[in-house]
Amino acid sequence: MMWKISRRLFLFLILVFLYLPILILAVYSFTESTNIGAIRGFSLDNYVTLFTTPELTGMIAGTITLAIGAAAIATVLGTIGAIGAFYSRKNMSAFISTLNQIPVINADVVTGFSICVLLVVALHISKDSYIPLVAGHVTLCAPFVFLSVMPRIQQMDSSIYEAALDLGATPFKALTQVLLPQIVPGIVSGFALAVTLSLDDYFIAMYTKPATFDTISTYVVNATKGAQTTIKTALWALSTVIFVIVVLVVLAANIRALRKESREGGRRAE
Amino acid sequence: MRFSRKSLGIPYAVFLVIFVAAPLLFLFYYAFTNGQGQFTLQNFTHFFTDPNTLGTLYYSFSIALVTTLVCLLLAYPTAYILATSNLRSQSVILMLFIMPMWINFSLRITALKEILNVIEGNLAMHPFLNAVVGMTYDFMPFMILPIYTTISRLDGALREAAMDLGANTVQTFLRVTLPLSVPGIVSGVSMVFLPAMTNYVVLDMLYNSTYIMGSLIGSYFAAYDWHGGSMISLILLAMICIFTLLTGNEEDAAGGRGGALL
Repeated sequence: MMWKISRRLFLFLILVFLYLPILILAVYSFTESTNIGAIRGFSLDNYVTLFTTPELTGMIAGTITLAIGAAAIATVLGTIGAIGAFYSRKNMSAFISTLNQIPVINADVVTGFSICVLLVVALHISKDSYIPLVAGHVTLCAPFVFLSVMPRIQQMDSSIYEAALDLGATPFKALTQVLLPQIVPGIVSGFALAVTLSLDDYFIAMYTKPATFDTISTYVVNATKGAQTTIKTALWALSTVIFVIVVLVVLAANIRALRKESREGGRRAE
Repeated sequence: MRFSRKSLGIPYAVFLVIFVAAPLLFLFYYAFTNGQGQFTLQNFTHFFTDPNTLGTLYYSFSIALVTTLVCLLLAYPTAYILATSNLRSQSVILMLFIMPMWINFSLRITALKEILNVIEGNLAMHPFLNAVVGMTYDFMPFMILPIYTTISRLDGALREAAMDLGANTVQTFLRVTLPLSVPGIVSGVSMVFLPAMTNYVVLDMLYNSTYIMGSLIGSYFAAYDWHGGSMISLILLAMICIFTLLTGNEEDAAGGRGGALL
């Protein structure tokens, strides 16, 4: 019994470590306090600042646009690449898989720096064109889409595609109407993964972004060095908003799994 | 030309050559040349002879090693308890431990910084501790997930067999569960060790001004010294390759970073 309690207690303490900072910040984001310590009156000022300061709203919109844009390009590239690699000859397939692995295991600092060296330093592409930034984020994300789609193709029943061809479908039609629908779950989770990677990135953006553009990560890192209090506490509000969104998305994504689990649990109980 | 599925591989191969292979080749070029474009080994010898850069290498290793150990000591029991518990909704509770992964790391470190500020009074007094706490806070989910996955896939019958044959709980753990969970540990260690050597923003945000390997690249970047920065990048890349070959872990890297999504 003691053992069981201490096991639960350990899990609880780790959760406290992981969540307490975010939750405390969330509480303070609804007050007038500018420092953690004495709580001063309830206030929504931080949220008003967050959603009305052009600098902040622009930075948030920019981050989201970049994440969705880069993830969309990465999803198309990674999906096409996975299909192509799967049906290519062995050498070609191994070549693609090997190169694909590099950004996955490489440190983001190195990936970001190397893309900056090639595009900005060697090829003189201006960072203000956003080309290095988008290219950097696509390079970060596409390999993960590839890895997320590939298992789906491997598990697929290849005779269905052959059947479509035998029944008179053109290869293109067979691809879009027979092959693609079967790998949609892999594509969707690849896209979701790409979005989260782009949203969380600091280093690649840091080395490739235009000076006037900021993502949430680069902005927050800069802001913590400055001493502007209204911005600092508005970022507490941002942290809270993002926390709530993540919780909601995770809940939504897991509700189906949860229902299934409780149904099975119920069956076991019977 | 007849459309074929094979040809779909070509655009992606071209993309990888341009944005993955070519940048690395240019790193080689810049690392072994000077400002005049002449071949030089100076960047290379500088790194391995300058006490400052060697000190940075040593400090990176220390931080990465301590962070990895702390993460392991906290994450292993967490993963073990979770995987062997009979909690009704194990997957939901696991999700609680993984979810921080998806909250922007800079915002999480900001939150941690505010808390540490209250606890410590003056953050600048404990730079090493702050770095380790910050990185543990940031990277722990990446350690929990692979260990949990490995342990939960273990055949429970093995443990029961060990018990039936007379082993007690501790013996069963040490002789059966622990050895079989090594792949998860290796995977988790590589998910934490490498970022801990390079993610210098965590140090910056927590007022630790000592350089780690990543900070060197940052400082060369800020000084427009592409040659010096390329050399550090290559050295890091070489270390990452060696580490990956030693652990044979390339397959799991994606699963780790992708979290529960992949």
